[in-house]
Amino acid sequence: MNIYADNAATTKMSDKAIEVMTEYMKNTYGNPSSLYTIGQRAKEELESARARIAALINAQPREIYFTSGGSEADNQAIFSAAEKGKRDGKMHIVSTAFEHHAVLHTLDELKKQGFEITLLDVHESGVVDPAELERELREDTCLVTVMTVNNEIGTIQPIEKIGEICRRHNVTFHTDAVQAVGHLPIDVKKQSIDMLSASAHKFHGPKGVGFLYVKKGVFLKSLINGGAQERGKRAGTENIPGIMGMAAALEESVRCMSSVQEHIKPVRDYIIKGLSEIPHSALNGDKDRRMYSNINFSFEGIEGESLLILLDMKGISASSGSACTSGSLDPSHVLLAIGRIHDVAHGSLRLSLGEDISYEQADYIIKCTAEIVEHLRSFSPVWQDLLAGRREYIL
Amino acid sequence: MALYSEKVMDHFINPRNVGSIENADAIGEAGNAKCGDIMKMYLKIDDNGIIEDVKFETFGCASAIASSSMATEMIKGKPVSEAAQLTNKAVTEALDGLPAHKIHCSVLAEEAIKKALDNYYQNEKGEKNE
Repeated sequence: MNIYADNAATTKMSDKAIEVMTEYMKNTYGNPSSLYTIGQRAKEELESARARIAALINAQPREIYFTSGGSEADNQAIFSAAEKGKRDGKMHIVSTAFEHHAVLHTLDELKKQGFEITLLDVHESGVVDPAELERELREDTCLVTVMTVNNEIGTIQPIEKIGEICRRHNVTFHTDAVQAVGHLPIDVKKQSIDMLSASAHKFHGPKGVGFLYVKKGVFLKSLINGGAQERGKRAGTENIPGIMGMAAALEESVRCMSSVQEHIKPVRDYIIKGLSEIPHSALNGDKDRRMYSNINFSFEGIEGESLLILLDMKGISASSGSACTSGSLDPSHVLLAIGRIHDVAHGSLRLSLGEDISYEQADYIIKCTAEIVEHLRSFSPVWQDLLAGRREYIL
Repeated sequence: MALYSEKVMDHFINPRNVGSIENADAIGEAGNAKCGDIMKMYLKIDDNGIIEDVKFETFGCASAIASSSMATEMIKGKPVSEAAQLTNKAVTEALDGLPAHKIHCSVLAEEAIKKALDNYYQNEKGEKNE
């Protein structure tokens, strides 16, 4: 049985997106900056994609900037707000400890340039407290950046409340919505969002393309110098097939959003229930304020990479917050941020389900995971110490 | 290319000498749970200083488990003096290589064996003094 359960890493492209992209690669190869007909036709299509994407998040077409993906959008949004802040003498930024590295490493860079960064506690639940966020805002705060949905534990942040607080304090609000766009309703006006990052391959579109929403009037600087594409904010010939594929994939994802959620959520809950029966295991992150497709468990006494490889041999593709899967010595910063200690963070498993998940597959996932955890524990010195009472259970 | 060599995968999926030894003559442990790897080696050593039996328990990634398994095979039946010469490089080579960021797994295997041998020599000294 083959089960792809790593949809938070990337998704399978939709047939519609592939069809649209192939069509544009074959027939609309003109450069949108060219004057002749095939160039201008590409330009028209590009603008139509911009308008369609804008409409899906309740934005204006001119507020959408195409990028190479979520990381670029995050970098551009944050560096722009910082540059504006510096000019205004505001050099304080509020974010969270469990943002994606595209945000955290950008903030590290700004710290070196003299910015002060406050990272909010995300508690054991993995959810930011808006009241705590409001208390951290200062006269010199130039930016609040909080992700819409966490990529590892799937917890959904109170974006609308945070947006309202930022609006009231006149602070720019950016959200990395890479895990949310196409999966949860986004309305930039209702949620008072000033800047939002999205990536096509997370909603069945192609890799290497995404967009940044920037509210009209909010300062945006260009990170890539060159031609005047994207109204001078992002040089380089536009990735027309990618952008057209993204627009098609987003339309489809938004159209099917509620039916996909209705299908996945009960199966997801069934798997959570099944995995909870493995002794000394725990769900990471709040059970309810959570993306309908996300499962993230820690199993005491085992290491995640071993679990992943053995699951892969059973045909199950999943991911882990273990250090060994990242190439560093530290386990997932997200699991550490919600207070999981290193020992337990190493033994984590993330399953992010797709719309083709079935109860039969769910049973198979539960059975394989339980068997592998038991196998790995059988020769784990940590588990043997726990059994012998030489070490205390954490979970 | 796959992440690991066929040998690593073989020793990970079918680890040799897994478990513990009751009344082992020597036990050595290396690593810590914080870093995500712990290896524990149990040795049974006969009167002539030959490693009669060796077993391991490992908490860690595939390469940590494979390194432990391979290291036990390399010292089983050998005199302790020879086992003391085992290097992480030899373990890595016997596994047909490890990815660069996994070399520390083979280092842990060498350390666990060295610690077990230290434990053995200490026990020996203790017995002689008695």
